[in-house]
Amino acid sequence: MQHLLDVKDLEVTFALRTGSLIAIHGVNFTVDKGERVGLVGESGAGKSVTGFAIINLISKPGYISNGSVLFNGRDLASLSDEEMRHIRGNRISMIFQDPMMTLNPVLTIGTQMIETLQAHLKISKTDAADIALEKLHKVHIPSPEKRLRQYPHEFSGGMRQRIVVAIALLVDPSLIIADEPTTALDVTIQAEIMDLLRELCESEDTGLILITHDLGVVAQITEKVVVMYSGNIVEMGTTTEIIENPRHPYTKGLIQAIPDKRNPGERLNQIPGVMPTLMDIPPGCSFHPRCTIKGEICTREIPKLKEIDSTGKIVACHMVSAEGEVQ
Amino acid sequence: MFAFAVRRITQAIVVMLVISLIGFAIKHEIGDPVRDIVGVSVSVAEREALRDKLGLNDPFIMQYARFVKDALHGDLGHSFFFKKPALDVITAKAPATLELVFVSSLIIIFVSIPIGIYTAINPKNWFSRLTMGVSIVGVSIPVFLTAIILIYIFAVELHWLPSYGRGQTINIYGWESGFFTLDGLKHLILPSIALSSIMLPLFIRLIRSEMMEVLETEYVKFAWAKGLSKYRIWLLHAFKNTLLPVITVGGVQLGILIAFTILTETVFQWQGMGFMFLEAVERSDTALLVAYLIVVGALFVVVNTIVDIIYGLVNPTVRITGRK
Ligand SMILES: Nc1ncnc2c1ncn2[C@@H]1O[C@H](COP(=O)(O)OP(=O)(O)OP(=O)(O)O)[C@@H](O)[C@H]1O
Ligand SMILES: [Mg+2]
Repeated sequence: MQHLLDVKDLEVTFALRTGSLIAIHGVNFTVDKGERVGLVGESGAGKSVTGFAIINLISKPGYISNGSVLFNGRDLASLSDEEMRHIRGNRISMIFQDPMMTLNPVLTIGTQMIETLQAHLKISKTDAADIALEKLHKVHIPSPEKRLRQYPHEFSGGMRQRIVVAIALLVDPSLIIADEPTTALDVTIQAEIMDLLRELCESEDTGLILITHDLGVVAQITEKVVVMYSGNIVEMGTTTEIIENPRHPYTKGLIQAIPDKRNPGERLNQIPGVMPTLMDIPPGCSFHPRCTIKGEICTREIPKLKEIDSTGKIVACHMVSAEGEVQ
Repeated sequence: MFAFAVRRITQAIVVMLVISLIGFAIKHEIGDPVRDIVGVSVSVAEREALRDKLGLNDPFIMQYARFVKDALHGDLGHSFFFKKPALDVITAKAPATLELVFVSSLIIIFVSIPIGIYTAINPKNWFSRLTMGVSIVGVSIPVFLTAIILIYIFAVELHWLPSYGRGQTINIYGWESGFFTLDGLKHLILPSIALSSIMLPLFIRLIRSEMMEVLETEYVKFAWAKGLSKYRIWLLHAFKNTLLPVITVGGVQLGILIAFTILTETVFQWQGMGFMFLEAVERSDTALLVAYLIVVGALFVVVNTIVDIIYGLVNPTVRITGRK
């Protein structure tokens, strides 16, 4: 079966004045129709860059230096600028992290919604406004007619993120990339937005790539998890498998760091150390300086992703195998 | 809107009071109203009698109050050279200056906006680099040098354009205008280019740097992610936000342009307020100098008010505070 999205050997390079830095080292993953995939990892792991690379909007001086992104079987790199524009916001939508910054402060909500529809469909202003109203209704914005004429500063953070979700849904995309859509919001509102996103993706059979630090959220929303560490995928599998039976020491660390709802106040088990910056990625496995089970091989050879059991989970670690950890 | 208007008017009154105080102080220190009225060939005793009659021996504050009261009635003193009320002299000269400033502002706006936008979008291409290089030099060239170079090239060498004066003007309800004759328009070209050249580099650099900052914002990124056309993103999403800081800074600069007309008008023998001002300095026509100061101050306040209103129209957050 053809995947909705097929990311193949994706490599992203930043051509800085001081030299080229590779931020994404050839990642592979797929998203099927209606599938919800979590992309997790610490800050700087390359989650956002991967997300933006999919719609070919990496901020300068970054560019896709290798690999391809197939969307419904079509290589997005082969599209003209105009064809690519018709993918963005139309077939693949994005939701950004901070709703206070995502909406243009000098344009009304109505303008910002209607323009999106008119960018992709031959549609009159009134028809576009009707669709906008319908979507605002779907994300539970009260009295949407009045709201269309208002400016972003007249809304709270949670309301704004609902509007951003409504904009993402306007043209009924088949994939939504949500880059930490709730990190900037209050805890109570976080859950509301997440539920909303999940509900909407389910009802429309829309694929979702959910970029987040929060494995707790991933466990509730997604079916598949991709774990990234300094520009590489280190583990990937079904959400249940990853949460209940993580194999990579980094994934294990992330899961131990999830705050336990049953024991609030308990000290979190953060992974000691920090992720290396792109400038000083260590040789071998880039996780080895923080790893508790590293062996001699880890300091010189980069581990490849391999299947280690029958669940389809793949792990990039020299030290784990089907039998367990190599001691 | 009401709160906005009250705040604005209060500011204007304070500014005008300060300007009038400075103006009056100048007049008080160096002016000689007796000479302005009767000339120099009058005896000391007669002068002293006149001084008393005119209230020139009253305390400073009282004289100032009288000055403000007269000014409010449109009496800004008497030009001793023109033998006319100073305000009448100025209103006769004002159209020349205002038309020059108006055309220069148009040039600044219609040249700096496209170039500013273009160089912000393509910061690395040769045209942008060239523009930035030229604008650094441009900021430091004094206006009279620009004017002389323009006159040399287009008037002396090429004979394309006239080099001085306003040319043929038409009187419309007392407003001497050069806008409605070909000759008048031709005479406007060189002076307005010279005058606009002072601010042009600054405006281009301002628009460019503000626009480059806006292009990096999340909302512009989001606009790209929505699949909007690049022209809509650049010209609406980015430019409308660029406008806000540009209006604030630019409004003040356009006001300052009025002051720069003194140099430009002198080089081009442009019969406006600036030219009149320099002549008044030479003739020690104090009343006229002070009247000029006050009229220009008032113009400055008016320009800034208009700029503030435009700012409010572009920025939705200003409107909402005004509504409350
Ligand atoms: N414009 C840029 N120029 C240079 N390097 C960049 C740029 N954008 C991102 N990077 C680098 O790419 C790497 C991945 O960044 P990315 O934003 O994808 O991280 P992330 O996983 O999304 O982290 P976060 O959780 O903080 O959002 C980082 O090391 C970052 O320094
Ligand atoms: Mg990120």
